Amino acid sequence: MKINFRQTFKMAMSSIFSNKMRSFLTMLGVIIGVSAVIILVSIGQGTTKSVTESIEGMGSNLLTVNIMGRGADTSLDIDDVEMFDEFIGVGKVSGSSTMNADIKSGTTILEDISINGTDEDYLSILNYEMSEGRFLIDTDLDNRQRVAVVGSDVKSELFGNASAVGEEIKIDGQTYTIVGSLAEKGSSMMGSNDEVVVIPLTTAQRLSGDTSIRTIYVQAKSADTVDVAKAYMENYLQRKFGDEDAYRVFDQSEVLDTVGSVTGMLTAMLGGIAGISLLVGGIGIMNIMLVSVTERTREIGIRKAIGAKYSDILVQFIIESIVLSGMGGIIGVALGIGGAYAITAIFKLETVVSMGIVILSTMFSLGVGVVFGIYPADKAAKLNTIDALRYE
Amino acid sequence: MSLIRTENICKSYFMGQYELKVLKNVTFEIKSGEFVSIVGPSGSGKSTLMNIIGCLDVPSSGRYLLDGIDVSGMNASEQADIRNKKIGFVFQSFNLLPKLTALENVMLPLIYRRVSEKEQRERALLALEKVGLGDRSLHRPNELSGGQQQRVAIARAIAGDPPIILADEPTGNLDSKSGIEIMEILTDLNGKGATLVMITHDDKLARESGRMVMIKDGIIGEGVSI
Repeated sequence: MKINFRQTFKMAMSSIFSNKMRSFLTMLGVIIGVSAVIILVSIGQGTTKSVTESIEGMGSNLLTVNIMGRGADTSLDIDDVEMFDEFIGVGKVSGSSTMNADIKSGTTILEDISINGTDEDYLSILNYEMSEGRFLIDTDLDNRQRVAVVGSDVKSELFGNASAVGEEIKIDGQTYTIVGSLAEKGSSMMGSNDEVVVIPLTTAQRLSGDTSIRTIYVQAKSADTVDVAKAYMENYLQRKFGDEDAYRVFDQSEVLDTVGSVTGMLTAMLGGIAGISLLVGGIGIMNIMLVSVTERTREIGIRKAIGAKYSDILVQFIIESIVLSGMGGIIGVALGIGGAYAITAIFKLETVVSMGIVILSTMFSLGVGVVFGIYPADKAAKLNTIDALRYE
Repeated sequence: MSLIRTENICKSYFMGQYELKVLKNVTFEIKSGEFVSIVGPSGSGKSTLMNIIGCLDVPSSGRYLLDGIDVSGMNASEQADIRNKKIGFVFQSFNLLPKLTALENVMLPLIYRRVSEKEQRERALLALEKVGLGDRSLHRPNELSGGQQQRVAIARAIAGDPPIILADEPTGNLDSKSGIEIMEILTDLNGKGATLVMITHDDKLARESGRMVMIKDGIIGEGVSI
């Protein structure tokens, strides 16, 4: 015949509530453990998410060629950019030449702003959007027009909320007309994306007196062709320079993998450390259950005398420790989720509370109750009836 | 037919090298419906005998037949079953669970018998009414007098309708008035057919029983039938 679990559960609850302070303190270990696991893992997963987003924000299926060496031997020019366009797997290509300069509008001077000379494909390859006006077009490059597109930070610093289109700025003393401004994109691994001024590549080359291109952005046709495109590009660059150190092809998906494994490890480590506190909470439960068994020796003796079997006492005490740890687990889950939201609200740190970790830590806390409850329960159930009855 | 029958029961304890024989070839029987008191001074072995009769302990040698079943070689779980179904204990110190109400205390043996909760409640209430405490079912032991607590204990002993009630100094912790009440309830139960075995050191109490069994130094001697 089966044990009446409902009645056993009621018995456990009344025993737990008859000693509220002690039960609460015992649960506290599990509460802290579970909420720490949830909070720390949410921070880890939140970090993973925001880092991943910022890398992906740089552009989709992006390959970046950087020229490392100096001098005429190791440089690319506009012809190379056109060659890249022919490679299998390559979608769009955009050459870019970057320098830093002071810009001036009226009396406002912004120092050391990144001036990016590039072409029309740059916008879509790097996932920018326009907030007003237009981006560069072919004619701007053909005619070396002195037009500029400003990043959102530059725009707001110079013009506030007013429209920038049609305004004039001076770069290194030369006057440029603003034709559009970029929507805010936020920071990526390469620094701020919004504190930039984009001008036609040809104009930039004339400004700096240097026709070389130091960076080429390539967008593969799809995620599947990234590797093919990369192989073609590396092959081309190797033949051109004969030196692996002269260039670097930066593969976004590789970085994503690396970052993913690093942040994954970080999350696991945080979870592991928090898991240890959950373990300590379990030891606390075992400790208090052992005390409880000693205190209730006589009760156990009475129960056994009137017919409780080993299994009855065992189940009674295990259920008690499961209820303790399970209640701690539920409170811990609530606190953990609340804590994760609080951290996002207060510290502006992205957190992701996944259902998986909530379920896992709840199960783990119940498991802790079983594992750390077995020994005290077994001890209780094995007590000698006669001795237990005489215990004072 | 004898309800309790012991055949050459011996019980010894070992204290290091030294063997302490507590019971020596105890042979006696108790018939169904009898009221037997087991009398002896402290250290005579009567507690050990009670433990064996109550299936809390097993003899070192000899046979113990309870209701025709040989229980001397049973394991702990089988013994628990026998205690639950065949024996109602009444202890000197009541041994109620302080955190449970009178009703819950009386329900306890029925919980371990795995009857439905509804039946537990009904039978426990009936037993409490039998000892005159139907109106106190929701009181906790510390809200009851000693005599009332012992009555709850008796209700717990009879709730499962066991054939034997085993009372160990049932009036030992009570004032004389409550003691008389308890004895009245016990003799009344015996009058209604229950087999009653009472352990006591008090000759006066023992005379209320139908038969006295003396025990001294682990050896049993039949006393006078009254």
